[in-house]
Amino acid sequence: MPQFIAQHLPILQVIVPLIAAPFCALISVRNGAWWLAFVTSLVTFAISVLLFAATFDGEIISYHLGGWAPPIGIEYRVDMLNAFVLTIVSGTGVLTLLYARASVAHEVDAKQHGLFYTAFVLCLTGLLGVTITGDAFNVFVFLEISSLATYAIVASGAKTDRRALTAAYNYLIMGTIGATFFVIGLGLLYMITGTLNMADLAQRLLEHGDSRTLRMGYAFILVGLGLKLAMFPLHQWLPNAYTYAPSAVSAFLSATATKVAIYVLLRFLFSVFGFSIPFEADILFLVVLPLALAGSLIGAYIATYQDNLKRLLAYSSISQIGAMLIGVSMLSASGLMAAIIHLFNHAVTKASLYMVAGAYAKEAGTVSIRELRGVGRDMPFTTAAFVVGGMSLIGIPLTVGFISKWYLVEAALMRGWWPVVIVIVVSSLIALIYVGKFIEAAYMHPAPQGIIRREAPLTMLIPMWIFAGLSLFFGINSSLTSEAAARAAQGLVAASSLIWQ
Amino acid sequence: MDDLITQITAHYNYWMVIILMMIGLYITISRGNLIKKIVGLNIFQTSVFMFYISMGKVTGGTAPILTGNPDEVYSNPLPHVLILTAIVVGIATTSLALALAVRIREAYGTIEEDELLTIERDAEAAEDKI
Repeated sequence: MPQFIAQHLPILQVIVPLIAAPFCALISVRNGAWWLAFVTSLVTFAISVLLFAATFDGEIISYHLGGWAPPIGIEYRVDMLNAFVLTIVSGTGVLTLLYARASVAHEVDAKQHGLFYTAFVLCLTGLLGVTITGDAFNVFVFLEISSLATYAIVASGAKTDRRALTAAYNYLIMGTIGATFFVIGLGLLYMITGTLNMADLAQRLLEHGDSRTLRMGYAFILVGLGLKLAMFPLHQWLPNAYTYAPSAVSAFLSATATKVAIYVLLRFLFSVFGFSIPFEADILFLVVLPLALAGSLIGAYIATYQDNLKRLLAYSSISQIGAMLIGVSMLSASGLMAAIIHLFNHAVTKASLYMVAGAYAKEAGTVSIRELRGVGRDMPFTTAAFVVGGMSLIGIPLTVGFISKWYLVEAALMRGWWPVVIVIVVSSLIALIYVGKFIEAAYMHPAPQGIIRREAPLTMLIPMWIFAGLSLFFGINSSLTSEAAARAAQGLVAASSLIWQ
Repeated sequence: MDDLITQITAHYNYWMVIILMMIGLYITISRGNLIKKIVGLNIFQTSVFMFYISMGKVTGGTAPILTGNPDEVYSNPLPHVLILTAIVVGIATTSLALALAVRIREAYGTIEEDELLTIERDAEAAEDKI
């Protein structure tokens, strides 16, 4: 690879999809927009794999935009955690775009395809940008690029169900309030420190000590990101948005959008605030932990009552986000590692499950569990993928779900938090109910009369089974993911000023 | 009493920001009309713009223009530049929200939230009967 390209990998990660996006809208060749989007996502995936390989042995890549050295210039900073999340996002982008061709052709009007893929690639750009940047205000800008694109692609589900429009509108209102809260927090931090570079911010906040302004900044950023990552009870936008968005979009968003928001939360908590004052850790323990516990139980509980498969998966997402936040709020290296590995594991699992739902929407014309009775016989491969994903949601051994639950329980035991262990186990048992409910309907009941359902096309089955296969593969051999998560957690711990037991 | 007055007047800009912010947030939450909600969101965002702009003010400072005088006191231009970006984001958000409101009006025939909720509840009840 030419030296020139190797040097500029971090910026290429963002620039390539950003430039490709408008061309998706301009291409008038049939399927041209899809091809361009797909090739773009392949390039971004290749770049993030290269970055992942470059940072795997602990090296930190610091890229200075326009040659301006930080803290004056904008810095792109890639370490193990970034590279891990970048790989998840761009990998999901490739597979969902592969899947999207058949699914989107069914769910979105043909004349909107160009604009749809433009928004999709812009959303990818935003998510990659949020992840790679080392500048706090840049995070906001990219967060809004991805969010605005997300509102548009959620609304494009309106052909199937007009409720996509109101879902997108509510998401827009909530998302904008969240982003604005985040900016207020940034403003307060800037008032204290006079800098926006994350590493520089961390340094100056440590010297600054305690103040009311810092506490306010912390609170605003926590609530703002809580809205973006659908922390219970700020999750109201999520179920409708994921239910009525086109299935490929649900698969993509469930695997990336909330995960990237959790990444930003981790980055701010550990790398910027760094727990330099006890207040920050106290809030995490007194506010975030109880909400995470409540979310993981209530999300799972509501999921058991859903008849719409996509809505069921959305509530299950809220429950799993709760599990990740439990890991974060443990404030230990092992809890953090559990959260990061669950971030990957849940992305893989949920993407495959939403792809299953999309295959039903296309071939059976419905995602209602009652109407999908007996679908296991008509669409055996699709339903089998659901069984794999469902087992992973419950946390049955040999799936990735088990790995993350294992690390999470282990981390809770290390802190001696018995009630937390009980909550994790109970929410897994509730997952057994809602996953079992669908599997029972799909396999045990006869199909309704007069309905013809065919197996989904290969372009949908392949990405679905790649995700399902990944959730089996990393469930059996988790050395790569657990090693990456452990190193990422170590990096965060080293950056913060917490004293570890 | 004097303390209180100085407390209020010294932080005049923050009081204005807080009042605007609360007005905006209240409208966004309480109004049922989708357009009014967008207006509320705009007021809320504007308060943040004002917060950033007033933050960069240096007492006695001029506009940040290079005059050649090294002792020149000038306001901090960085928050202003940041907020230009945020204004652009705000415009994009508003236009997208308005576009969605138009589409919702076309699809449902109303932009009142309570009427939309009734229509959606009826749709859900109809789905349950199948």
